[in-house]
Amino acid sequence: MIGALHAKIPHGPLDQKWCSHRDHLRLVSPNNRRKLEIIVVGSGLAGGSAAATLGELGYRVKCFCFQDSPRRAHSIAAQGGINAAKNYQNDGDSVYRLFYDTIKGGDFRSREANVYRLAEISNQIIDQWVAQGVPFAREYGGLLANRSFGGAQVSRTFYARGQTGQQLLLGCYQALCRQITAGTVQMFPQTEMLDLVIVDENAKGIITRSLRTGRIDKHAGDAVVLATGGYGNVYYLSTNARGSNVTATYRAYKRGALFANPSFTQIHPTCIPVSGEHQAKLTLMSESLRNDGRVWVPRRKEDCDKPPNEIPERDRDYYLERKYPSYGNLAPRDISSRAAKEVCDEGRGVGPGRRGVYLDFADAIKRLGENTIRERYGNLFEVYEKITGENAYKVPMRIYPAVHYTMGGLWVDYNLMSNVPGLFVIGEANFSDHGANRLGASALMQGLADGYFILPYTLPNYLAGQIGKRTSPDSPAFQQAESEVRARIQKMLAVKGKRSLDSIHRELGLLLWDKCGMSRHERGLREALAKIPKLRDEFWHNVRVLGDGEDFNQSLERAGRVADFLEFAELMCLDALQRKESCGGHFREEHQTPDGEALRDDENHAAVFAWEFQNDQQPPNLHREPLHFETVHLTQRSYK
Amino acid sequence: MNFQLKVWRQKNAQSPGKLVDYGVQDISPNTSFLEMLDILNENLLRRGEEPVAFDSDCREGICGTCSLTVNGEAHGPDHPGAVCELYMRKFRDGATITVEPFRVGAFAIVKDLVIDRIALDRIVQAGGFISARAGSAPEANSTPIPKHDSELAMEAAACIGCGACAAACPNGSAMLFTAAKVSHLSLLPQGRPERVTRALKMVQVMDSQGFGNCTNTYECEAVCPAEISAGFIAKLNREYARAAVQRSAGE
Repeated sequence: MIGALHAKIPHGPLDQKWCSHRDHLRLVSPNNRRKLEIIVVGSGLAGGSAAATLGELGYRVKCFCFQDSPRRAHSIAAQGGINAAKNYQNDGDSVYRLFYDTIKGGDFRSREANVYRLAEISNQIIDQWVAQGVPFAREYGGLLANRSFGGAQVSRTFYARGQTGQQLLLGCYQALCRQITAGTVQMFPQTEMLDLVIVDENAKGIITRSLRTGRIDKHAGDAVVLATGGYGNVYYLSTNARGSNVTATYRAYKRGALFANPSFTQIHPTCIPVSGEHQAKLTLMSESLRNDGRVWVPRRKEDCDKPPNEIPERDRDYYLERKYPSYGNLAPRDISSRAAKEVCDEGRGVGPGRRGVYLDFADAIKRLGENTIRERYGNLFEVYEKITGENAYKVPMRIYPAVHYTMGGLWVDYNLMSNVPGLFVIGEANFSDHGANRLGASALMQGLADGYFILPYTLPNYLAGQIGKRTSPDSPAFQQAESEVRARIQKMLAVKGKRSLDSIHRELGLLLWDKCGMSRHERGLREALAKIPKLRDEFWHNVRVLGDGEDFNQSLERAGRVADFLEFAELMCLDALQRKESCGGHFREEHQTPDGEALRDDENHAAVFAWEFQNDQQPPNLHREPLHFETVHLTQRSYK
Repeated sequence: MNFQLKVWRQKNAQSPGKLVDYGVQDISPNTSFLEMLDILNENLLRRGEEPVAFDSDCREGICGTCSLTVNGEAHGPDHPGAVCELYMRKFRDGATITVEPFRVGAFAIVKDLVIDRIALDRIVQAGGFISARAGSAPEANSTPIPKHDSELAMEAAACIGCGACAAACPNGSAMLFTAAKVSHLSLLPQGRPERVTRALKMVQVMDSQGFGNCTNTYECEAVCPAEISAGFIAKLNREYARAAVQRSAGE
C-alpha cells in the first residue's frame, strides 16, 4: 500500500527551485561511477540523450531498444520543431512566458515546478544541439531562425525543415555512438523489455527477449530508466510507429509503479484522413502547416461533395478563425481537433465518409508565391501527394484528427523517479509536464530536458546510496520474473485459435476511438469497460500466433504488445470515467460550457490521478496528488 | 486490384532461400505496399502458414527501417521515397511483383525480407559525431553559420540510414551513406576540430565491414529516399585526401 504521494517539489520561489535543488542533490564520485550500472530502456530523444550523457559522466550504461538500430526510435518522426525561450525574435518571449503557455496549454493539470524547470532548461538544449551539429534553419545572416506554433503568440520554435525530430534524434544517436565506441554504453538493439525486477522494494533489473533469436535474458543494474515512449497505438490507428507500445511501462505498473492520468491522450488535428480498412497507420501533417494554411469546411452540407475550388469564399466556414479570432488557425491541438469533429458531426465534413476538413494554402500561395511555400513545407506536400495522390498546391489538403501523443504515463516525482525507488521514467513515458494537453514543439523539448539536463543530476542522488548493492541476476526475484515471462509466452503460443492479432487489435482500437477518443461520456465509458474484458478473453482463447518462442517471430512480438494494450485500455477508460470534468484533451460531454468549451472542475479535480495495480481480479486503487498553484492564476483557457 | 507476388522466403541466415508465389486480390489502389503485405500475411495466417517477415516501423519514410527490393529496385519504382511510401496505384492491375530483401554483402539476411544492418551503425560509431559534452556548449548564436553551408549540411544530414544506396550499388558500396555523414559534419564549424580523424576512421571501418568501392555508377543517388546527392561522394573523397595528406605530414 502506498502512502500519500510525495512529489518532492523543492521549497522557495518558482524561479529558484531547480537551481537550489540541484545544489543539494547528492553526488557520486568518478571512481564510484565506474562501478555503477544503469539500465536505460529506449533510445529515443529521452533514452538516447540519457544513455549518452550518463556514459559521458562515467557510469556503465546498458541501453536497450526494440528497433534494429537506436537511430530508428520514433522520436525520429517528429516534424515541426522544438521550443525554447531564447527570445531571438525580440517578440517579448521569456522563460516565464514559455512556462505560462505550456501550463495553460496543458489546461492547468501539470505541476508548476516541473513546467518552469522545463522552460528554464529549453535554452540550454538549443545550445547543446548546435554544438553537436544539428543543422537548424538559419537566417541569411547566419543566425538561427524561428517559426510560430499552436498555442503561442511568439515565434519560439527552432526547426530543421520538416524533419526536426530526425535531426535531433540523429544528434542523439551520434552522441550515443560516441559512447559506444568509448566503451561506456553497451547497446542492445532488437531487444524488448518484458518485465521489471524489484529486489527489496528497489528496481534492480529487467527481463528481456531478443527479437532476433528469441533468447530471454536477465539484466541486473543499480537503477532502471524507462524511456519507452507513449501508448497511442492502443487505438490501433495512430501516428505512432508500428512498434510503439505500452509493454515496458505497463509491466512496471503491474510490479507496483503508479500509472498517472492514463486517459490523457492527444488527438492531433492535422493528419491525413483514414482512407479504408486496410490502413495500418495514420500520417501526421506537421502543425507548422497551420502557420500558412487556413482550415475550412463548406458552410452548407449540400456543398460538401462539390470540388473545393467551386465553393465560393462566402460559402466557406473558416471555423477556427470564426470561433477563436485571436489564435485562429493556431489554436491548440485539443481545441482544433474538437472543432473539426464538431463540424464533421454536423455533416459538413469533406472527403470519404465526410470525415475530413480542408487545409487550404491558396491564400498563402497568392501572398508568398508557390516557391516560398515549397521551401517551407515542400517535403510535407510530397508526403501528402504520395499518400493521397493529390497535389496540395492546386487543391486544398484534407485533414482529420488522429491519435498522436499520450500525456499520461508512469507517475514520477520532481526527480523523475517513480514511487518504486530506483525506477526512473523520462520522456513521453512519464506523465509529468504536459498536463491534459501538450503544445506543439514541446515533446522534443521535454524528452531532451529529461535526458540531458535533469536525470544526470537526479539519478546520482539515488545512486549515492546504492553503491555495492547490486543483486546477482541469478537471485530468486530475477528467476521468478524470468519464469513468469516464459510462461506468458508459452501461454500465448498455446492458444492456437482462429482470430488474427490485427483483427482483435483493430476492434479494440475502434472501441476506444469511439468511447474514449475526442469526447467521452459516462455511458460510453461504462460500455467500453464492459466490452474490453470480453475482447481480452477472446484474445486469450481465440488468437492465432504462429511460429515458436525461440526464434525471430514478429507475430509473437506483436501478440505480447496487444495483450498488454488489452489490459491497459481498461485502465484508460477507468481513469476517464473517474475524471468527472473536462480538461485539455479529456472532454467529458457532461462537463462543458454553454458554448461547448471544456469545463474544468478545479475544486475537485486539480489533481494528478495515479493508479496502483492490486491484482488481476480487483480494480486498481486511485491515489490523488493535489496540484498546488502558487504562481499562476487558474483561468478558463481562452483562445478567443 | 489483383497482383501476383514472388516473395523471397528464407528461414534464417544459414538456410537457402527461394522466391515463393502468392496471389493477392481486391487491393484498393490507396493501399500502401506494406499494407498490401499485411493483407498477404493475414491471408497466410488464415491458411495456417507462417507470415512473411519484413521490417517497418514509422511507415512514413523517415525511420529507415523498411528495406525491400521491389522488381529489382531498392524501395521500388516510386523514387524518391522509402518502400513504405509506395502505393499500389503505382502498379498496373494484374502485375507480377517480385519482392526481395536489400542484397548487400555486408548485410546478412535474418529471415525472409529482414536484414541485419549493424555495419552501418559501426561506420557512425567510428567517428560520425561531434564530441560536445552535455553542459559545455556555448550560446547557440555565438557562431553564425552561412545559410548556404547550413542548408547543404542539412541536405547531407537528411540520410535515413536505410542502406538502399548499398543495395542499389553493383559493388555493394556504402560510400553515399558514409559521405553524407562526413559531409554533414565537416560543413559545420562545430564539426571541423575532428574532421581529419573522422574521415579517416569512418572510411577505414566502412572498408573493414565488407562494403565495396565506388565506381561512379550513380545508382545510389537514383534510389536514395532522402535524395542525397552523389556530389557528396566527391566531397568525401576530398575530405579523405585532405585528411590523409595532413596526417602523413604529421599535422
